[in-house]
Amino acid sequence: MTAPILSLNNLHKAYGALKVTDGVSLDVGAGELHAIIGPNGAGKTTLISEITGEVALDAGTVTFDGADVTALPVHARALKGLTRSFQITQVLPGFTVLENVATAAQAHDGSSFRFFRSAGADRRLNDTAMAALAEVGLAARAALPAASLSHGEKRQLEIAMALVSQPKLLLLDEPMAGMGREETERMVAVLMALKGRYPMVLVEHDMHAVFRLADRISVLVYGQVIASGSPEAVRADPAVREAYLGEEEFG
Amino acid sequence: MAETPASPPSLPPTPPLWRRLWLPVLVFALLALVPFVWGERFILGLVTRAMIMAIAALSLDLILGYGALVSFGHAAFLGLGAYAVAILFSHDIVDAAIAFPVAILVGAGFAFVTGAISLKTRGVYFIMITLAFGQMAFFTATSLSAYGGDDGLRMFHRSEVFGTRILANDTTFYFVVLGTLAGCFVLLKMIVGSRFGRVLRGAKENERRMRALGFDPFRYRLAAYVIAGAICALAGALFANLGMFVAPAYMTWQRSGEFIAMVVLGGMGTLIGPIIGAIGVTLVEEWLAALTQHWKVIFGPMVVLVAIFARGGIVKLLERVAGK
Repeated sequence: MTAPILSLNNLHKAYGALKVTDGVSLDVGAGELHAIIGPNGAGKTTLISEITGEVALDAGTVTFDGADVTALPVHARALKGLTRSFQITQVLPGFTVLENVATAAQAHDGSSFRFFRSAGADRRLNDTAMAALAEVGLAARAALPAASLSHGEKRQLEIAMALVSQPKLLLLDEPMAGMGREETERMVAVLMALKGRYPMVLVEHDMHAVFRLADRISVLVYGQVIASGSPEAVRADPAVREAYLGEEEFG
Repeated sequence: MAETPASPPSLPPTPPLWRRLWLPVLVFALLALVPFVWGERFILGLVTRAMIMAIAALSLDLILGYGALVSFGHAAFLGLGAYAVAILFSHDIVDAAIAFPVAILVGAGFAFVTGAISLKTRGVYFIMITLAFGQMAFFTATSLSAYGGDDGLRMFHRSEVFGTRILANDTTFYFVVLGTLAGCFVLLKMIVGSRFGRVLRGAKENERRMRALGFDPFRYRLAAYVIAGAICALAGALFANLGMFVAPAYMTWQRSGEFIAMVVLGGMGTLIGPIIGAIGVTLVEEWLAALTQHWKVIFGPMVVLVAIFARGGIVKLLERVAGK
């Protein structure tokens, strides 16, 4: 097996007596779609934030693309290709859909300390952005303010922003949260198309989606990984069944 | 999304040029006509002062309107620029070719130092810390006994321009100020539309998202703060020349508050709005003050009314009236 793109080594984080991350170690292989599931409050979003650097660790190391990034701030990790989408969508609401994606592209197109030429008329940024919008099915919405998009469309927009960020790893925090049946199907199709092109860490509650998409699944409960393996192995794991007891959507 | 478009998707259309330009063109055309219609010294001086305030308000709009940074010490930059010119003058350095660049550098330097500290804070704390720096500048000026202290400092004539005294003519000075205002407007228009401006605006929209995209908002905000400080100091250099006098009163926190009012009333984040706001506030103040010494009793409610009925400022109101 080739070197993992992301390697978490014995991560610890506590808020007072509450251990939100309690000795998590994980590897995400190149090209792998690694899903992280677990009941509410298991610490999934915190784990994503520890990977991006928004939450500072008490102990442990994060190795990304062969380098220890534990001490780097959020924006520096992002520039290295660690790209995330948020559980609660984070777009630039007053910008147009196109400008949202163009801004993401701009971060990877040299210095932004350029003061005079119009960014809105920059062909290279706009073409890159339009291509990504077409890929996620939002090209027709390009001129609208991002605030006017539906919930599902904002999710698609976040994916488009991730695509132009020259990602080496996509961290997707519940991309299907709050979506209807139809929107979920569309997002699954988008992720299917991206699978293999980028390694991904997917946190998701929709078990149907997870089992269709994931190469490997890790189950997080009370800040600990209780199981990790192929979808079949995880489905059969008795500890996992116990953690999910009563949640009928599982399995 | 299943269907892949054959040709690359076309970009959305941009609005027609005239719709973006009619208001600035109108404002600057009216200002250019003033000396030909009202030649009186008083009117000329009043509108010149209004335009200098407009340059200051314009610079504040860069950080307030586009960066959402409520600076409550912006008058300090006006004062610093004015004092730089007047102090150099008192040492017989009277040429604008030296004094104005020095004023701009002093403003930029003060902005860099105070900005590096205050931009580490957010919200109310940012307001307080900029207010504190503004007050420090004010009290420093009052204690400069060598340069007039409380009483201020007089210049015997306006700055020379490469040895000539062309600025002594009020009409010439008027057009120099108008040209500076137009230049600053165009410059800032370019900056807010540039890649740099986009990051600044993005950090105002959603700071967390900008970090996740790989931008460190602090560096961009600091640069914007320095640009704003430099431009406001340039306004101060002109202000010193207008009355050939500087005083600590130029830097009071009340004036900083007035700048905020000009930007908000005119229309934050529009650039042309703060120009209209600054000119409007200066003229209305003058007019009301001539009517009664209790003019603030009238001016206060007027501000309240505009704030309530013209959300987004006078610019939004004008755009609505102009149709579409």
